[in-house]
Amino acid sequence: MTEDFITFRNVSKRFGKNVVLDDLCFSVRERQRITLIGPSGSGKTTILRMLMTLMRPDSGLITVGGDQLFPADEQQVARVRRRMTMVFQQYNLFPNMNVLRNITMAPMKVLGVPEDEAVDRARKLLELVGLTAKLSHYPSQLSGGQQQRVAIARALAMQPDVLLLDEVTAALDPELAAEVLDVLRDVADSLDVTMLCVTHAMRFARDISDQVLMFCTGKIIESGPPEQILEAPQHERTQRFLRSVLEEV
Amino acid sequence: MFGAAAMTTMLGLPIPLWQRLADGLAVTLQLTVFGALLAAVFAFLAGFARISRLRLVRGIAFGYTEAFRGLPALVVLFWLVFALPSLGWQLDPLAASVIAVALNIGAYGAEVVRSALAAIPPGQWDAATAVNLSRGQTLRMVILPQAVVTMIPSLSNLLIELLKATALVSLVYVQDLTFQGQIVRAATGKTAAVFLGLLLGYGLIALVLSGLMRALEHAAGKWAGRVVNS
Amino acid sequence: MNFDWNVAWHSVPALLDGLLTALLSIAIGYPLAIALGLLLVFPQRSARPWIRIPVRVVVEFIRSTPLLVQLFFLFYVLPAFGVELSAFATGAIGLGLHYATYTSEVFRAGIESVPTGQWDAATALNLSTTRTWWSVVLPQAIPKVLPPLGNYAIAMFKDTPQLTAITVLEVLSAARAEGAQTFRYLEAITMAGLLYLLVSLVLAWLARRVEQRYATTRGIA
Repeated sequence: MTEDFITFRNVSKRFGKNVVLDDLCFSVRERQRITLIGPSGSGKTTILRMLMTLMRPDSGLITVGGDQLFPADEQQVARVRRRMTMVFQQYNLFPNMNVLRNITMAPMKVLGVPEDEAVDRARKLLELVGLTAKLSHYPSQLSGGQQQRVAIARALAMQPDVLLLDEVTAALDPELAAEVLDVLRDVADSLDVTMLCVTHAMRFARDISDQVLMFCTGKIIESGPPEQILEAPQHERTQRFLRSVLEEV
Repeated sequence: MFGAAAMTTMLGLPIPLWQRLADGLAVTLQLTVFGALLAAVFAFLAGFARISRLRLVRGIAFGYTEAFRGLPALVVLFWLVFALPSLGWQLDPLAASVIAVALNIGAYGAEVVRSALAAIPPGQWDAATAVNLSRGQTLRMVILPQAVVTMIPSLSNLLIELLKATALVSLVYVQDLTFQGQIVRAATGKTAAVFLGLLLGYGLIALVLSGLMRALEHAAGKWAGRVVNS
Repeated sequence: MNFDWNVAWHSVPALLDGLLTALLSIAIGYPLAIALGLLLVFPQRSARPWIRIPVRVVVEFIRSTPLLVQLFFLFYVLPAFGVELSAFATGAIGLGLHYATYTSEVFRAGIESVPTGQWDAATALNLSTTRTWWSVVLPQAIPKVLPPLGNYAIAMFKDTPQLTAITVLEVLSAARAEGAQTFRYLEAITMAGLLYLLVSLVLAWLARRVEQRYATTRGIA
């Protein structure tokens, strides 16, 4: 289990003059839970978006389970997308579908799961996120926290190997954020997925992750187990960042 | 109960002339319906083509919308009826009429479709990729249902513009409501009454069409999961 | 029959004569549409339903019925009431009336796009009504109304061929006359079409220039 599952090798990305990723190298093993922290604009979300094939690097090499991305043929992209799914800051539920349909549509249309099985699985997932009662509601009828929990269920319904969580609580009030994080703790406990998580919720990061990467201006400036990074950071920039995050809460 | 006069005239107009107006109304309605259907085809084809990944497809759609938004519908109609035959293509005037109004309104419709598609938040595309939908599936199941709802008010306005444009066909001797109105005017000399009646007729059709489109908007809103406060 | 460029070029002077007439009709019709459109805004914003509703009904009625029939109405009916106007004047007035219903909608939307907070702020600063309109509301509404107003200028130009129906000698009339003379409608109507396309594109370019100019002088760009 020591083999690297996801690797970034010398990956760079810039938006205009703004360098977002600067010759970045890191790797993730299967079933690892990685938390990416750092000031906004330091390239964390960009990493997740590249893995989800929503964005391409300017240079460098990204591989997922042996498949190379950018350039990749359609089959490689399909294989990577099949293993990967993402939960977004703004939930991005499909407003034209009710909760159940949001969760069952992709498994049925993409994976070819029969409807009754997809519905079955959706019900189990809704139980996990505590929203069985909202099955036939539309996204506009749900609170932000509830929408995000549905989005988590929708992602898990694809039975991903890798779950990408992009600041999933950043748009939520503290109380609603807490219910989403509780759900994610349960997910982390009960499922065998690899997780890459961008978050400012430090307690959550400590609870679920086995490695924390501290980003600053497109580079990893410090990494290690959460106890080490979050409690005894070595780098001055990390100390400053953690102080500012703690003050916020 | 009915006297002889009542049998042959109604509101002071002989029954055969009413018959003419009814025939004209039927033609106008046909033009409107078929014109709208064909315009919708042009609008959706060109609107989707505008967001195609193929440059050539985008270019053709752009050329179509720019050209037919710059050309008067009447000139297109005249060209189809009077110029095209000398190139060896003789179109039925009714068909030429439908095509001319549809080309014109379709170009505006394409712009409506394009901007409605562009207005869908990029997060919806991201989320569709995250659950591994193909581009076609994303368009069909996620983007289009949401875009259609935002299109309907503009398309509804275009439908009224299309109805108005059908009156142009009277100038190429298609016997629509306006054409028959002219005949009735010439036969009776009741100029003010006939033209006011024509305008009221078009106004009434427009009212019905807008009502239908509002009902459609409501239904589409439900379909697209827009919850109406109640 | 093939397209004969010689015949086509021969029709150009007549078409340009027609174009001049068409542009003149716009030069009269468009300011009329703007002025009338502005006038129509106020009764439509009236708090009194017996003013607001009838005006809205009439505006909606004119907007949803064919310009062509309205032109016929003016052309044939006005003389019966003793109003003797030339075909050209009738056409220009018809265009102006028809498009006033569009421009008034643009002005209404533009004014309503100014947030109510701006009115509140003007009241809080004790500005007079005139001052509020002149210094607060209009400067914010104008950039919103310029693009649609530009589009309606172009749309109006594209409706000028309908004036042929009431005997105004504009571009399409000229093309028909040329075609009748040479028995070659193909060249004349094609050239007319190209001319409309060209002028529409130029007008669109001009409209964008005006918008940009306004935006930059107001520091909105």
